[in-house]
Amino acid sequence: MKTRPHSLHDRPEAGSVGEAVPHESAVLHATGTAVYTDDLVPRTSGVLHAWPVQAPHTHARVTRLDPTAATTVPGVVRVLTAADVPGVNDAGVKGDEPLFPAEVMYHGHAVCWVLAETLEAARLGAAAVEVEYDPLPALVTVAEAIAAGSFQGDQPVLGRGDVAAGLARSAHVVSGELEIGGQEHFALETHASLATVDEAGQVFVQSSTQHPSETQEIVGHVLGVPSHAVTVQCLRMGGAFGGKEMQPHGYAAVAALGAALTGRPVRLRLTRTQDMTMSGKRHPFHAEYQAGFDEQGRLQALRATLTSDGGWSLDLSQPVLARALCHVDNAYHVPEVEVLGRIARTHKTSQTAFRGFGGPQGMLVIEDALGRAASRLGIPADELRRRNLYRPGQRTPYGQPVRHAERLERIWDQLLASSDFTARQQQVAAHNRAHEHAKRGLAITPVKFGISFNFTAFNQAGALVHVYKDGSVLINHGGTEMGQGLHTKMRQVAATALGLPLPMVRLAPTRTDKVPNTSATAASSGADLNGGAIQHACYQVRERLAEVASRMLGIHPADVRFVDGEVTGIGFGDDRLPWAEVVRTAYSQRVSLWAAGFYRTEGIHWDSTAMQGEPFKYFAYGAAVSEVEVDGFTGAYRFLRTDILHDVGDSLSPLVDVGQVEGGFVQGLGWLTLEELRWDTSDGDGRGRLATRGASTYKLPSFSELPEELRVDFYQQGAETGVVYGSKAVGEPPLMLAFSVREALRQAVAAFGPPCHEVRLASPATPEAVWWAVAAARDAARRQPDGHRRPATDGVPRQLPVEA
Amino acid sequence: MATETETRTAGTSGEATSTPAVVVNGRPVPLDPRVVAAHTTTLDWLRSQRLTGAKEGCAEGECGACAVLLARADGRGGTCWTAVNACLIPAAALDGQEVITAEGLGTPERLHEVQREMAARGGSQCGYCTPGFVCAMAAEYYRDDRGEQTTADAALDGTPAADHEVGPNGFDLHALSGNLCRCTGYRPIKDAAFALGRPAPEDPLAQRLRQPAPAPRPTRLAGDEGALVRPADLAEALRLLAAEPRAVLLAGATDWGVEVNIGHRRAPLVIAVDQLPELRELGEDRGALTIGAALSLSELERRLAGRVPLLDALMPLFASRLIRNGATLGGNLGTASPIGDAAPVLLALEADVVLTSTRGERTVPVSEYFTGFRQTQREPDELIRAVRVPVPPLPVARFSKVAKRRYDDISSVAVGIAAREREGRVERVRIGLGGVAATPVRARDTEAALEGGPWTPQAFAEAAEVMAGEGTPMSDHRASAGYRAAMLRQALLRFHHETQPEVAR
Repeated sequence: MKTRPHSLHDRPEAGSVGEAVPHESAVLHATGTAVYTDDLVPRTSGVLHAWPVQAPHTHARVTRLDPTAATTVPGVVRVLTAADVPGVNDAGVKGDEPLFPAEVMYHGHAVCWVLAETLEAARLGAAAVEVEYDPLPALVTVAEAIAAGSFQGDQPVLGRGDVAAGLARSAHVVSGELEIGGQEHFALETHASLATVDEAGQVFVQSSTQHPSETQEIVGHVLGVPSHAVTVQCLRMGGAFGGKEMQPHGYAAVAALGAALTGRPVRLRLTRTQDMTMSGKRHPFHAEYQAGFDEQGRLQALRATLTSDGGWSLDLSQPVLARALCHVDNAYHVPEVEVLGRIARTHKTSQTAFRGFGGPQGMLVIEDALGRAASRLGIPADELRRRNLYRPGQRTPYGQPVRHAERLERIWDQLLASSDFTARQQQVAAHNRAHEHAKRGLAITPVKFGISFNFTAFNQAGALVHVYKDGSVLINHGGTEMGQGLHTKMRQVAATALGLPLPMVRLAPTRTDKVPNTSATAASSGADLNGGAIQHACYQVRERLAEVASRMLGIHPADVRFVDGEVTGIGFGDDRLPWAEVVRTAYSQRVSLWAAGFYRTEGIHWDSTAMQGEPFKYFAYGAAVSEVEVDGFTGAYRFLRTDILHDVGDSLSPLVDVGQVEGGFVQGLGWLTLEELRWDTSDGDGRGRLATRGASTYKLPSFSELPEELRVDFYQQGAETGVVYGSKAVGEPPLMLAFSVREALRQAVAAFGPPCHEVRLASPATPEAVWWAVAAARDAARRQPDGHRRPATDGVPRQLPVEA
Repeated sequence: MATETETRTAGTSGEATSTPAVVVNGRPVPLDPRVVAAHTTTLDWLRSQRLTGAKEGCAEGECGACAVLLARADGRGGTCWTAVNACLIPAAALDGQEVITAEGLGTPERLHEVQREMAARGGSQCGYCTPGFVCAMAAEYYRDDRGEQTTADAALDGTPAADHEVGPNGFDLHALSGNLCRCTGYRPIKDAAFALGRPAPEDPLAQRLRQPAPAPRPTRLAGDEGALVRPADLAEALRLLAAEPRAVLLAGATDWGVEVNIGHRRAPLVIAVDQLPELRELGEDRGALTIGAALSLSELERRLAGRVPLLDALMPLFASRLIRNGATLGGNLGTASPIGDAAPVLLALEADVVLTSTRGERTVPVSEYFTGFRQTQREPDELIRAVRVPVPPLPVARFSKVAKRRYDDISSVAVGIAAREREGRVERVRIGLGGVAATPVRARDTEAALEGGPWTPQAFAEAAEVMAGEGTPMSDHRASAGYRAAMLRQALLRFHHETQPEVAR
């Protein structure tokens, strides 16, 4: 392989990257003509529909399973059970997730699947399957699992320095214990697969999957066939958010098994209830922490134990935990650190990846500590956070230098200014003095998020670029489109690398027979990795075309330029050849017009045992200022305004990136406020059952949760060398900007209490949770010896009197 | 699916004569009995016709990914493009009606203005919710009384509560409150909505507004799994109901659709009553307002605006626009959920329920109507014809609802309060509660504590303690019992706080 003719990150003067173009499928979306996996069903004949038999127990042994009665239901074609599996009966890569289980591990676990001519017949067939269970004791909460010592996987410790000494020398130690709620992905499109088998036995699975290669592997091992006998295609997903990184494999395998056994196309699409009761979610966490501060509020030490609720199997719980530990510092330097991570094994769905991948849960710990410490120390929370931001030259607890740490302070100060923070603090204080029943809060929080898969091997990608004789270009890459705009960016990268107008480049759906051995489109890395691979492929083709063109133009190949569909030289008077003419000439000279590209992220390494290394190529930075208003009658709240300044490097596609920032922020806001997963933790019959199992019981943010004003800006001059065209990953980091909302709620609640009232806030901070915090604040105010609020000053002092 | 059944197009009553069909995107599409059973949803049927733009996101009318437009009568001889959840409405109930889907609004080559704004402004990311958003947005785009409003005025007086929700083009964002998007965070969708202009005069869908909506026509679609019948008149409906006590009455399908999709319930007979004129009456006589049980809440909002302020207060909090376009007061009382939002308001208004059967008509006070958990005084052969609300209502009234989400959520606690103050005393007060007992209840102890006493903060504070003890609140996934009790107390405190200016006047 020749060296790259141009650098990875330099941008040409003209090119499609950086243009604010709409999503490449936007017109199809808006007209209802974009096709998703389940939309293929009415376009396919003879399709069978799959329906699961879900166990009504949280933990039980299956003592008898008799499908006979189901097969007599009109329309039922076949019942799939463990006995039908020719290969490995497992839906995962760790061997701990039986696809057809003999032991029910959570309420709603599918023990077998019914295939029928219609969905209605499959449902009725499933109801007719006779299953007997021997119920077993179940662990439903993390607390129960901790008490029972029920853990799975490793228990890593992230450490630096002497945490005991750090706490001992601290002037203030804030201790806390927190339950951090999980989150349902609630991609509008539920899990869906459609499998067919052709005359040669080749299995073709169309799946809504973030990880087609792994879906392919699992389908292969369930069917007992090699990977080359299975092709997985993902047209596009109706949202994924991490929920389709590991979880689609088993459903795809059931569909493929059904297709292999019946010879007919099999469709498996979960209803919302099935999706919520069967598929994994963001890990709930339990956290205990002690954070030490010196007199000036500088963090001295952090000791914590983070216990995630992994559910019944490991799935991605280990890397999620690793990322939680690696983000417990968020954007703050903590000299002495000791954080233990554990994964509880409970009888729940197997919790999985979700945008942020443990990072949000880790960060919440230190943001909670800072939010509470601010009151304890009598230092305004914004000032306390600023004092602790990473400075250049400092390293994370896992030993990685914090590249571009100076951006944190710059972003912070720019955002304080652009959001008019100081003046608004005074307005908030004035509002709160004037309103007994409605208090406002204003808070700023930062984000530092490490980019790259913690697991180094995943940081590779491939792409395929075809130039046809007429000059049109077709690209393929290993990444999947879930709405994040990856395909839009990839077209822009290819158009830029080849010097073509965007319409010349078409992108074909993601398939495992085009690009093999791909990594999941996850960890925000899709554009970095696949963009690198596409650019690499384009550069190969371009280099060959440059030689052809140099002969046509009579100039040196190094002087050939590809600009907006024309090929020319650097000279002012050089001829301009149409791209298609150069392509045709190259073809006639038998020059290859296609290339496979490859990319590996350089310079990263990680020791998962020692929890040390430099796992991240770089950090994404951002900060947000949010203002909220809490209703003192109910604890309900409104989001008044949010200002965001986020570092996306040199944006590949600004409209896409703004969408990622805003969408991530609102999703994080949902996680921290109204989205609440509730399981039945009683000792009754429903113990372990998910109580929030539909859109009517699990509330996503809707229009009413969009802040009344939302202002998003990008950090300028942030080009990231080492990433394609100087861009930065953007998928996950903005989710954590929503901590500003949680901290603003804390401020607003505090305003119901005495000065410097320390607010303990549950997560999610539902209106009820906020209400109880308000009630506690009012109780504290009543206990004030002088019986009334101290008069507040007009200006907010940088140093408030410390409470005794 | 009714694969081996046939549709009897000529029902026993003889009125249904034509082949059941729905005009979809301007083209008649037969309701093929091989695909359509009585319980088949409009969404599943449309998708079986390869119109896969409408999606299933939740199957319970919460996400709006399935939204389509229906041509509904506007009450003035014209048509109103009305967005509804296709996942809830049985396809057979749309026999003879006109439906527009996202595919019918525009094509990639000829985008509708709504589609163009959504696409250009980043209103779609994954795109799965987009066709539903586009339809809900189009309904508001074509709303003929969409006024030119500005948000600036109200924002100045420090009460920006709802002002950012109406655009400079008069677009009311609440039109989209029944649509969920998990990707965008809504800002670009809001921008798209607020950027919309006016329909061009030559726009065929705008022209359609001036033509009458399709008249309802009697329908009978029957199969092994049950029948759906749209009777020709009330008499036939009552006869059917008397003959089949297990029949389900269908108006907006906002509850029945959920039962079918989530609870997998099937009924031997579904009787569509939403278009019966006797159930669509709206008028005032003998000191009461008669509200037809089958009028949609959206129609009520429009036609009743200002007549009963407590109903005006209820509406924005009663589900989304997509749901209110179908849901009815009759349905809300008929399903008798203890957390239905209408009951607390109707209790406070001292409303009556008018029940009709082949045996005749009777009137039952709402306060006596509920007899147990989802049980009422309605006999199986009776239907709710109307609700009667005494007018003028008690002048000082508030509705408060506590839920996790501000809009389109099921209440943890709902409280309707109506009162009259005279010479500094509480002359009369009626309080209806939802979510704190097996049925909606009157807060009789609180009423007694207040009535005749002084209208003072002290009196309300004391009564609030009584209010906190009303009902038998439970803990569930929505709220704890303690929070519910606290919210009862707070509702009365808030009532006093908020009404103080108007009472003092």
